[in-house]
Amino acid sequence: MTETLLAVRDLRIAFPGRTGPVEVVHGIDLDLARGEKVALVGESGSGKSVTARAVLRLDPDARLSGRIDLAGVDVLALPARRLREIRGARAGLVFQDPLASLNPVMTIGWQIIQPLVIRGVPKRIARRRAIDLLTRLGVRDAAHRFDDYPHQFSGGMRQRVVIAIAVIAEPALLIADEPTTALDVRVQARVLELLRELAAERDMAVLLITHDLGIVAGFADRAVVMRHGRTVESGPVEEIYARPRHEYTRALLAAVPRIGGDPSRPLAVIGEGETC
Amino acid sequence: MLTEPLLRVENLVKHFAGRRVLDGISFEVAPGEVLGLVGESGSGKSTTARCVARLTEPDQGRVTLAGRDVLAAGRRELRAIRRDMQMVFQDPYSSLNPRMTVAALIEEPLAVHRLEADRRRRRDRAAELLELVGMSAAHLDRHPRSFSGGQRQRISIARALAVGPRLLICDEPVSSLDVSVQAQVLNLLGDLRRRLGLSILFIAHDLAVVYYLCDRVAVLENGALVEIGTREQVYGSPSHPYTRSLLDAVPVPDPAVERARRSDR
Repeated sequence: MTETLLAVRDLRIAFPGRTGPVEVVHGIDLDLARGEKVALVGESGSGKSVTARAVLRLDPDARLSGRIDLAGVDVLALPARRLREIRGARAGLVFQDPLASLNPVMTIGWQIIQPLVIRGVPKRIARRRAIDLLTRLGVRDAAHRFDDYPHQFSGGMRQRVVIAIAVIAEPALLIADEPTTALDVRVQARVLELLRELAAERDMAVLLITHDLGIVAGFADRAVVMRHGRTVESGPVEEIYARPRHEYTRALLAAVPRIGGDPSRPLAVIGEGETC
Repeated sequence: MLTEPLLRVENLVKHFAGRRVLDGISFEVAPGEVLGLVGESGSGKSTTARCVARLTEPDQGRVTLAGRDVLAAGRRELRAIRRDMQMVFQDPYSSLNPRMTVAALIEEPLAVHRLEADRRRRRDRAAELLELVGMSAAHLDRHPRSFSGGQRQRISIARALAVGPRLLICDEPVSSLDVSVQAQVLNLLGDLRRRLGLSILFIAHDLAVVYYLCDRVAVLENGALVEIGTREQVYGSPSHPYTRSLLDAVPVPDPAVERARRSDR
């Protein structure tokens, strides 16, 4: 029996609206074992991102109810001033846009060592670990690039820097929200490979948020398909792709154009009243 | 090519800030043909599209549309050429004027090109075009903000089709759409090209999308066209290592295929 790292029960998320709170996630259950890679898959408006952000209570406006247990910490009961204890150390974060998640006026090295420095690790040691990690992530000549600024890096290299920040404090969980959506296909493949290797080396669980059914197939052990704030179905990726139980999952898989597919056949359309 | 090409692009060269971003691009598009232009960011695919439409002036080269020289054309002739060649852009949020109604957006090109003087007939034509792209004419008096991304992209396509072009230049038209909406817009483009005999120059970074829609594919790397051929040639037996590396990196929505690939690496 593998040890549960993250257990989410009946999570509901509401945001303030003009006429009172609007619920956008209507009771989600989610489990991750240590070292497990789970994809939260859905289209825009499915609630996949807010669900992932709720795990670390990143949206101050969001009203959360239900239960989130992260490595024994009751996340929803945690006082706001103690959130720092879980962010970084228990769970790291990677977002889609590496430029927006980096501070443009600080060197990348400074940014990478922060999760260690605020936990009292001496700067010299933090620096050495950061350089090792960057090298591990394929940043050539990492010691010299340590004092460079984000604009001096390409998109793919910036995303490696963001990953370094997310994992340097050795979190048990990495939350990656569309981490490769802004990247070219070859850079995407390398970044996903790196995440896979890091997860394996460190027994780190990964919660991958994505709309891309292609990358889910190659990356995740299990997938949770979301739509309109609810779970449509979940299970091992092999089963979901080979035998989708829910009509929405089937339609979603049939809507993806495939190399080698039959271009004369129309792609599946997900019916719901008026088109698009 | 047996038929005379509709679009002929010869040796396009373009520099930006001293950097050569297009390094002698040449290709042709036959009547009724869909040609895909693929490549990574910075490969020059969008710049090529913009030079063909003369939204950007290339430094060198020649673009011929139905026998007319696009780059040498004066203002009046360029307007006539643009009746044959219309563009659809990636972002349907910024390419439609939010103050205009759907009817006004679709009628505008008809008025600009003086194709329909009668106001009522213009509106009828707008209604037909809206139905052609799969939307109800009941939407004519609404504004872009009340539509989803997919519907806005349909409106952009209706607007582009208003003047009866023979060539549609689509620059990443589905890359900001959800997969289910992307499927609808791709189906629509496939349907339109069959029904109207349209030629399409289709720019996209997603190789599976290009596979689905395009008869032939041109691969750009750093401003140079490294490979061009039929869909079967380029995807089935790519001749250039860059094409192969792109295809190897495309994620396949099948866990068994992905597992086999990883164990091969």
